[in-house]
Amino acid sequence: MQNLKQQWFSNIRADILSGIVVALALIPEAIAFSIIAGVDPMVGLYTSFIIAVVISFAGGRPGMISAATGAMALLMVPLVKDYGLDYLLAATILTGIIQLIFGICKVAKVMKFVPNAVMIGFVNALAILIFTAQLEHFIGISTMTYVFVGITLILLYTLPRFIKVIPAPLIAIVALTSIAIFSGVNLKTVGDLGTITQTFPSFFIPDVPWSFETLQIILPYSLSMAIVGLLETLLTSQIVDDMTGTESNKNGEARGQGIANFITGFFGGMAGCAMIGQSVINVKSGGRGRLSTFIAGIFLMFLIIVLGDLVVQIPMPVLVGIMIMVSIGTFDWSSFKYLMKAPRTDALVMLATVVIVVYTHDLSKGVLAGVLLSAIFFVIKISTVKISNKGNRYSIHGQLFFASIDGFVNYFKKADIQSEKIQIDFSGSRIWDDSGVGAVLKVVELLKTKGIQVELIELDTSSKKIMDKLNGVLSSH
Amino acid sequence: MYKHILLASDGSENAVRAAKEAVKLASYDKESIIDVIYVIDYEKSKTDVLHANSSEAIDVERRKKNSKVIQFLQEENANFKTTILRGKPGPEIVRYANDQEVDIIVIGSRGLNTLQEMVLGSVSHKVMKRAHCPALIVK
Repeated sequence: MQNLKQQWFSNIRADILSGIVVALALIPEAIAFSIIAGVDPMVGLYTSFIIAVVISFAGGRPGMISAATGAMALLMVPLVKDYGLDYLLAATILTGIIQLIFGICKVAKVMKFVPNAVMIGFVNALAILIFTAQLEHFIGISTMTYVFVGITLILLYTLPRFIKVIPAPLIAIVALTSIAIFSGVNLKTVGDLGTITQTFPSFFIPDVPWSFETLQIILPYSLSMAIVGLLETLLTSQIVDDMTGTESNKNGEARGQGIANFITGFFGGMAGCAMIGQSVINVKSGGRGRLSTFIAGIFLMFLIIVLGDLVVQIPMPVLVGIMIMVSIGTFDWSSFKYLMKAPRTDALVMLATVVIVVYTHDLSKGVLAGVLLSAIFFVIKISTVKISNKGNRYSIHGQLFFASIDGFVNYFKKADIQSEKIQIDFSGSRIWDDSGVGAVLKVVELLKTKGIQVELIELDTSSKKIMDKLNGVLSSH
Repeated sequence: MYKHILLASDGSENAVRAAKEAVKLASYDKESIIDVIYVIDYEKSKTDVLHANSSEAIDVERRKKNSKVIQFLQEENANFKTTILRGKPGPEIVRYANDQEVDIIVIGSRGLNTLQEMVLGSVSHKVMKRAHCPALIVK
């Protein structure tokens, strides 16, 4: 782990430049995610400013970008719709508290138990939901809308071939917004969906009754957001670790996310988390230190103050085009290969995660179901005992414990053994508990009554230990 | 002759063919060393992390990918070392070659057609254009 001075100031020039690039790329996403959540674009912009600045101090993964995200925005839709913005702010504060507690309780270790089938399902479901959230903004509105979405997409995918310094989304926004303004075509703009205020966020306490009833309303949302936020954050930090070839403090990052969300809630912001796409852009642009994240936040605020008037004029189809690109970038395209090649149960877990999320519009439910399903598959797999027979030797493959012994005992109940002496080979097995020992003794006695003598061979040290211990107890009767 | 030979490897058959030529070049001078460069592409980080259970598992996967070239060099008893870089393959190879002032770059060509080259970009072509030392492109 580097010291704090290195984390801040070892890469100043590149960090400042990459921070600026990220700030430019953050604007359309912050606006689009606000629209998904059903709040004013200002909420997402304030969020991105505050979270980026706070996490640059409080986070555990230098160079990672956190801000308003799609995963979180999708979770808060029903809360905003039914109860309004203030409840969202309260829920954001609670999300921060929960994440802080999770971080103190070393949540990173628990997150390791989320299998990658679930994580693949998570990003795919997220991509699908971000995409479907765009449909209402361009399907069946006008021909010009389709044209602008199309042109935006073409620009986004061809420009990076020729212009590498300025992010393509920014060029597309500037070019197409000016064309839209000067040609006077009738397109919906960001301004139609909310207002931009060119002021700094200010501190205020959300206007909700601070009662048990309020807690009951916001707690389920806060819990989902806390889990989903940490999941995406830890995934992102692993990606940044891999890209930079460095390590990071995962529990520190979880605490930092908590602090960032807690503070954001008091400044009119919605819960956010780390962003895969933006963090990748940051690292690619040379960002490595905490300074890059800090600059991203500060420069974003500067842009809002300076360019607020222009931001409201961005045509929605351009924003939609950018979000389609974001969803394409979020989707894990190697999933199709994965579906063909991965173990069937893993593929099923991945699909189940996607289907449940898309059906419920709730990433946390999909993740929970995916984890449960893979846990069940794991138990089934581990509690299956196979027995192979060669001459007088019966080889056990699998673990012997309370859940797996039935298959083992039944095999010998049914087996048609001709010889008077057999060997049971435990080299591919291990006895874990009393039930395992009991099952072995049961089989030995069962075969004895049939006049067959059993020799247990190749028991490993720990199995032998548990056998001897219990054998002593049993034979002393 | 060439003392510091940079062998750019992506672990493919092309890289093994390039390795053969690198070994030939190295045979002229007993002191020469083949520096096997393997670039971890930024674009693949997300996929690799998603599909592996741990950073250790990713490391094993990548070693496996480069194993054909390493195996070949071991069989040939070549004097070599491996260097892992991170970033965009073309520019990273060029930067390393120029920083380390290597004597020659040996790199395999994927043999793309014109259209593929336009879309994907030819790494070997970029390396040849921008490196300050001679480059041997192996077909």
